Amino acid sequence: MLKRAHRLFAWLLAPAVLMISYQTLAEKAESLKFNMTEGVTPVSREIQSLHMEMFWWCVAIGVVVFGIMFYSMIMHRKSRGVKPANFHESTGLEILWTAIPLVILVIMAIPATKSLIELYDSEEADMTVLITGYQWRWEYDYVESDVSFFSNLSTPRDEINGYAPKNPNYLLEVDEPLVVPVGQKIRFLVTASDVIHSWWVPDLGVKRDAIPGFINDAWAVIEEPGIYRGQCAELCGKDHGFMPIVVEAKPQAEYEAWLEEKRAEAEALAALTEKTFTFDELYERGEKVYGQWCAACHQADGSGIPGTFPALHDGSKAVGPIEEHIDVVVNGVPGTAMQAFGEQLSEVDIAAVVTYERNAWGNNMGDQAQPIDIYNHKQGN
Amino acid sequence: MAHGPAKGITRWLYTTNHKDIGSMYLWFSFAMFFLGGIFALVIRAELFQPGLQIVEPNFFNQMTTMHGLIMVFGAVMPAFVGLANWMIPMMVGAPDMALPRMNNWSFWILPFAFLMLVSTLFMQGGAPNFGWTFYAPLSTTYAPPSVTFFIFAIHIMGASSIMGAINIIATILNMRAPGMTLMKMPLFVWTWLITAYLLIAVMPVLAGVVTMMLMDIHFGTSFFDAAGGGDPVLFQHVFWFFGHPEVYIMILPAFGIVSAIIPTFARKPLFGYSSMVYATASIAFLSFIVWAHHMFTVGMPIAGELFFMYATMLIAVPTGVKVFNWVATMFRGAMTFETPMLFAVAFVILFTIGGFSGLMLAIAPADFQYHDTYFVVAHFHYVLVPGAIFSITAAVYYWLPKWCGHMYNEAMGKAHFWLAFIGLNLTFFPMHFSGLAGMPRRIPDYHMMFADWNMLSSVGAFLFGGAQVLFLYIVVSTILKGKKATAEVWDNPEGLEWTVPSPAPYHTFSTPPEVK
Amino acid sequence: MIRLLPENPVAALSIKLGVGAVGMFVFALWIMPPLYNAFCEITGLNGKTGDRYEATSAEVDTSRTIKVQFVATNNEGMPWKFAPKVRTVEVHPGEQTRIDFEAFNPTDRKMIGQAIPSLVPFKASSYFHKTECFCFNQQHLAAGEGADLPMFFIVDRDLPQQIHTITLSYTLFDVTDRYGDGEDNVASVTQ
Repeated sequence: MLKRAHRLFAWLLAPAVLMISYQTLAEKAESLKFNMTEGVTPVSREIQSLHMEMFWWCVAIGVVVFGIMFYSMIMHRKSRGVKPANFHESTGLEILWTAIPLVILVIMAIPATKSLIELYDSEEADMTVLITGYQWRWEYDYVESDVSFFSNLSTPRDEINGYAPKNPNYLLEVDEPLVVPVGQKIRFLVTASDVIHSWWVPDLGVKRDAIPGFINDAWAVIEEPGIYRGQCAELCGKDHGFMPIVVEAKPQAEYEAWLEEKRAEAEALAALTEKTFTFDELYERGEKVYGQWCAACHQADGSGIPGTFPALHDGSKAVGPIEEHIDVVVNGVPGTAMQAFGEQLSEVDIAAVVTYERNAWGNNMGDQAQPIDIYNHKQGN
Repeated sequence: MAHGPAKGITRWLYTTNHKDIGSMYLWFSFAMFFLGGIFALVIRAELFQPGLQIVEPNFFNQMTTMHGLIMVFGAVMPAFVGLANWMIPMMVGAPDMALPRMNNWSFWILPFAFLMLVSTLFMQGGAPNFGWTFYAPLSTTYAPPSVTFFIFAIHIMGASSIMGAINIIATILNMRAPGMTLMKMPLFVWTWLITAYLLIAVMPVLAGVVTMMLMDIHFGTSFFDAAGGGDPVLFQHVFWFFGHPEVYIMILPAFGIVSAIIPTFARKPLFGYSSMVYATASIAFLSFIVWAHHMFTVGMPIAGELFFMYATMLIAVPTGVKVFNWVATMFRGAMTFETPMLFAVAFVILFTIGGFSGLMLAIAPADFQYHDTYFVVAHFHYVLVPGAIFSITAAVYYWLPKWCGHMYNEAMGKAHFWLAFIGLNLTFFPMHFSGLAGMPRRIPDYHMMFADWNMLSSVGAFLFGGAQVLFLYIVVSTILKGKKATAEVWDNPEGLEWTVPSPAPYHTFSTPPEVK
Repeated sequence: MIRLLPENPVAALSIKLGVGAVGMFVFALWIMPPLYNAFCEITGLNGKTGDRYEATSAEVDTSRTIKVQFVATNNEGMPWKFAPKVRTVEVHPGEQTRIDFEAFNPTDRKMIGQAIPSLVPFKASSYFHKTECFCFNQQHLAAGEGADLPMFFIVDRDLPQQIHTITLSYTLFDVTDRYGDGEDNVASVTQ
């Protein structure tokens, strides 16, 4: 009696549940991603089709195995009054179900091997980009073109902390994307400067570990212009989730124009070293630089994280002699998490951030650093 | 000579009785299971929505690390050792474990190891935050100061496991009742024998790798530091040389449990007993030559990738044999579905699904997309939660009446099963999708395209957690006020443990039983 | 005859298993690292390049040209300027070539640097010979001092035909704390 009531209830409930879930699913279907991307390179397509092939093999095996299992769970119940059989071995059957999986495995291994060989063939590339992982940003160095820059997360902290609505590229946006030409074979050299990172862009079908002291290579031919986003894939410390990768693929001509622009920018930046800035200019620029490069550890208000990252208030270099403050930023502090930013930031940016740190959050030191001071410091004067 | 247990706290401190020690192992594991579960729920709460709401990224990393370490070394392994302690002597007709004093010791050092590990949460700089796989140099040059305590905790856990393994091998090889030949042993005993050998082979390797870390951190060596001629990738090779057999350490005893439960409730002998034994042995052997499939993206020569890919795929064969054997055992049986059987059947289905994703992960080129995403998280939780946790739960329901002499409440057991089953699938199935869509593991915050899957996972995780509270209630109420259980408990089950009364007397088989 | 193991079978077995466990510990700590290094040297895994090479034959194979790229990375906290003077050269197999790296210590203290080489493709590692290299030694630079660091290399004539490009990377590490600023320590790169 009770059982029947249960069943009735289930029959009534099921359509309702189905309808609700169907409606939500239909709404979500547009935005919901649930399968591996096909990507935009020959390798990523090949990986995707391999993935689907494997998936259908698994489905097929699952249908057979679970089918037999459910059949016997339904038919061979004690409540149906069946008498249990007593067989407990069959050499033929056991050989059969050792041999069939072996054959299936061989069928799977052949295309996998072929894809792997292709994936490993990074010879005869048209251009090379050296990718270096840092805690927690990437550096891109165009080996043939003498252009190099850092790429930082550009999502504002307010969006992460929920004080502002999240933009569509939340956590997958950077200040300077890696720009590459379409149709060219691009070789990526991957290494790291501190801990192990992993450079991963799903649409390119490229994932390679970045290992400090060692170099790895990977390659891609991007077939369609577009913006492709990825993330660091190897746990690399506190901000592992906050070092995205953005690759912008452009037609050859646009790429070359971009390259020119980048070179001109670098020259302009070098020229800025000669210039003298006002305090306000430095402070304003410094606030931006600080947000991008320093706030991850020392926090937006300079309070640091006790025991891990020092506060930039009383007792720190930020309120000591300016020479020492500059030295810490340029050369880092050996044996600590404080990196040497001399090679990563321009003279202007270092001058700006030093000025900012000395005058923000109530550190009213009143002094400032000019780019030329940083230049002189770097030259050892 | 006293025949009953001593009274008071000293009973537990000085006990050399395999049943007492088994119970302590099981309770300890249960406590750790809840602690690791709380850490998991902190993770899932933070991941409920995009954005940082509850914890800082650094604390998030401590949670993922501690969750992994506590579940692997604190919950799963001690639970299996506890089951071995309780059941192996009874299954082979021995009066106790071969080395009862060492048995006491190998349990009692465990709480200290975990006290040390958990105390790192309150240290300056926080607990270990480098993942349970603790890759160098994140775990050496860049580690918080608490790493030294982590290393010592691992050493103690390793010592405990090795002593436990020696004890189990010594018991199985020396203490069997006359007539209990190797090929007559229950499969749980067989799988534990093989597991114990794996433990002796690889726990020292884990001790070795943490010792190298210790030397790199404090004594200026550079095993893993490129600056001194070392190599961070060496760490991964040594770690996974331990790590891969380790995952089989967490699943082989589960095979044994399921091989005991399914025949009982199918009322039919286990199909292919000897092929089960050979399959277990070949899985154990293969586990030593597949470790680098955890490192396909690390930059290996193509010959290496191919070798590890083929070897890994090969594991599907003996594992498949096991699954087919279980299905064949069920086929044309006369099945009933009491709680242990429900957990065992769910084990077979869900472990097979975990096996499928494992097979996909073995395909090296595809692994370049899967590696370090939630797809991997889904995979190993599908083999470990239905694999290890469900089998342990099944074992508790199956043998609890024998241990305490009381029968659990069947309706509540079934409710526990369905809650856990739904919770588990709701938690881990969407992770396949978020992983394939491109979500890396071990991140505290993510893009909105992963939001729906994560929300489902978080809801499922809390459901699963709630189900375990019910489990605790069921176990406690069974022990305190369950109905009396018969000696056989089930419908004509096989095995020596069912020939003694329920609850099993403090000393069993003081005179060896007759084995036909 | 002396009995090594006790007569009690449980004790004898336990001792054997214990010795096995200790043996595995020794294996992990003292055998796996050198084994791995030897394996790397044979296969070129991780692009570790070999020690000093003594040139044997001077015959040059002009029938093919190999592009050799040089990249330099500073490890975290290393403030030196460090870069190759030329980033790409084309060489014939068998021909000895010199490349200079520039290094400059901008700090106000004496420092010691160690460059660690790594090479891709891994297959080429055993065909890339350095006859002289700054990476065989540590580099000492006083405050504000700069230096040109030379390396001489030969690409082996037996380099597999399908390889056209070789990339050599140097990562510069600050080892001042490790070795102090005492006597000249000559560290062998390959342990």
